[in-house]
Amino acid sequence: MNAPLKTISFSQGINMALDEAMAADPNVFVLGEDVADEQGGGVFKATLGLSAKYGASRVRSTPISEQAIIGAAVGAAITGMRPVAEIMFMNFLTVCMDQIVNHAAKLRFMSGGLTSVPLTIRCGTGAGVGFGGQHSDMLEAWFAHVPGMKVVTASNPADAKGLLLSAIEDDDPTLFIENVAMYAAQGAPPEAGYKVPLGKAKVVREGSDVTVITYGRPVLEVAAVAETLAGEGVSVEVIDLRTIAPFDAETVLNSVAKTNRAVVVHEAVKAFGVGAEVSSRIHEELFSQLKAPVGRVGSKYSPVPFSPPLEQAWLYSRDEIAAAIRKTLG
Amino acid sequence: MGLAKAASDAADVDTDTLLEIYRRTALINRTDEKFRALLMSGTLRLVYYPVRGQEVVSAAMMTALRPDDYLVTTYRGVHDQLAKGIPPKILWAEFTGKATGACKGKGGPMHITHPETGVMVTTGIVGSGLPIANGLGLSSLLKGDGRVTVVCFGDGSTNIGAFHEAMNMASIWKLPVVFLCQNNRYGEHTAFADSTSAGRIVDRAPGYGMNAVRVDGNDASEMYAAAKAAVDRARAGGGPTLIEAMTYRMLGHVFGSNASYVPKALQEEAVREDPVPRLRQKLLDLQVPEATLAGIEQAIDGVIAEAVEFALSSPYPDIGEIRKDVLGQEIAA
Repeated sequence: MNAPLKTISFSQGINMALDEAMAADPNVFVLGEDVADEQGGGVFKATLGLSAKYGASRVRSTPISEQAIIGAAVGAAITGMRPVAEIMFMNFLTVCMDQIVNHAAKLRFMSGGLTSVPLTIRCGTGAGVGFGGQHSDMLEAWFAHVPGMKVVTASNPADAKGLLLSAIEDDDPTLFIENVAMYAAQGAPPEAGYKVPLGKAKVVREGSDVTVITYGRPVLEVAAVAETLAGEGVSVEVIDLRTIAPFDAETVLNSVAKTNRAVVVHEAVKAFGVGAEVSSRIHEELFSQLKAPVGRVGSKYSPVPFSPPLEQAWLYSRDEIAAAIRKTLG
Repeated sequence: MGLAKAASDAADVDTDTLLEIYRRTALINRTDEKFRALLMSGTLRLVYYPVRGQEVVSAAMMTALRPDDYLVTTYRGVHDQLAKGIPPKILWAEFTGKATGACKGKGGPMHITHPETGVMVTTGIVGSGLPIANGLGLSSLLKGDGRVTVVCFGDGSTNIGAFHEAMNMASIWKLPVVFLCQNNRYGEHTAFADSTSAGRIVDRAPGYGMNAVRVDGNDASEMYAAAKAAVDRARAGGGPTLIEAMTYRMLGHVFGSNASYVPKALQEEAVREDPVPRLRQKLLDLQVPEATLAGIEQAIDGVIAEAVEFALSSPYPDIGEIRKDVLGQEIAA
């Protein structure tokens, strides 16, 4: 046995989930551009070592053909296999939207349940690392808007491992979003077999004055802001959605029913985003007891700029999060 | 590799096989006719894509398959589905949106699925079936289950990106997939030559290192021989084949649509070469008794009448079905 790891990176968390899933189930296989070791084990090294262990047939490097990748994954999935397709960057999902939206998401319904698509699509994205306008978008709202899709994202390496394992074992098509700015981030290692259930949000910090609902990388930023505000006597409850769709309304509404104030924070641009949906749900259910309108923080309404100062200014900021929280306090 | 000549052993197709192809041809032909009659009379209201003229292509192709082989087809797919063996009753019930349909009425004519007979996906999106067929083939490759996947598409599909991505991937991975292009000369309302840079679709295959053959799809023997060769190659691990089956869509793109854009001479030629009477005559020439063919046709008419009655008298699905099959877990009311 190797000595237990003190910490693991996000990439290692993903790798652990894939390894466990492949060891447990011969129907699990990985496909995507450069995923096999001969091609480097994935551009973000998330699949490194897996083809050595399971063979290049089950850890299959593909041509740069996203429609063909997702199409092949859909076809294999309806025969009962559990493909994990890596689409290197989320923006590349735009070239295989037909396979995701018209096929993966709908085949179960359109077949009256005769077929299902137990497919996991992993993709990296995120601003702040200088990839510019076509490699940085957060498009989770697009997919959450499609009935039949599940959308998941993790805020730390252990969750990445636990959520990805659950996604692979889940019988529905699931989009698993990874933030490229976090691949090297370290965190506590999960135990073998560790899983995080889909569809369940987590209260990552308890508080009594205001609830902040967020997911992915901003969880860290919100936690830091909450810590600062605690010094000012403001008690912030922080919820990490973990699964964006299906939305865990219960956890969110229970929290806001307690705090009577809420702010939604995400990296995606604010307009027409997940924040609008979450905010609306809270207003619909808890309007009479809200002490302030639900606040929203997102990134600016423009394509992600390249120039570093512009890119940083484009992103949501801790100041904006703090201001939105304070605004609910009146 | 390269373009095999149209199967030279076409003459070797035995009479029993041709008779089986005819049985499937007649089922398709009479089903298509019945749909159009019921649409014309107002008994049915649905968007229907006629398959008149393309019967023999499907009948011969599917006769070359095992029952557990996979099929992916398109919205113009009733000929493929029937030839593959889907029970007419549940096909009709699905076309009419009934609870007893193959997909509980939730998919409809463009989304027929029936895994029991290998009908895995019917897509309404041009070209999208090809990448999915690769996945079925990849599954068979990884599991070693010996199945072959056939994906049907029209000539119009060969101008969309999915075709090219799928052809390349199937070829590099040597997938057990047969790409059956039913070249019916029209993509919606646009003639093949006006939309496609390659004079022959089969000429695109060498660019992907794929075996390919162009056949008269309306000739049962030639079509069957090509289908059999491609299926045998796929099953033996020899990889994919593109078959360009020349056929003709004898009616408009969709039931009721105007087809005045078709030159009169082409339509007349197509009627002269109608594949259904052609196969029937061939069987008579092979000394199959008229009574045998008439018996097949009569039995099929009975099956269709029963299927129509079943569909029309079946209930619509429960409204609660909206919440089911969206996700694995039922959506809360």
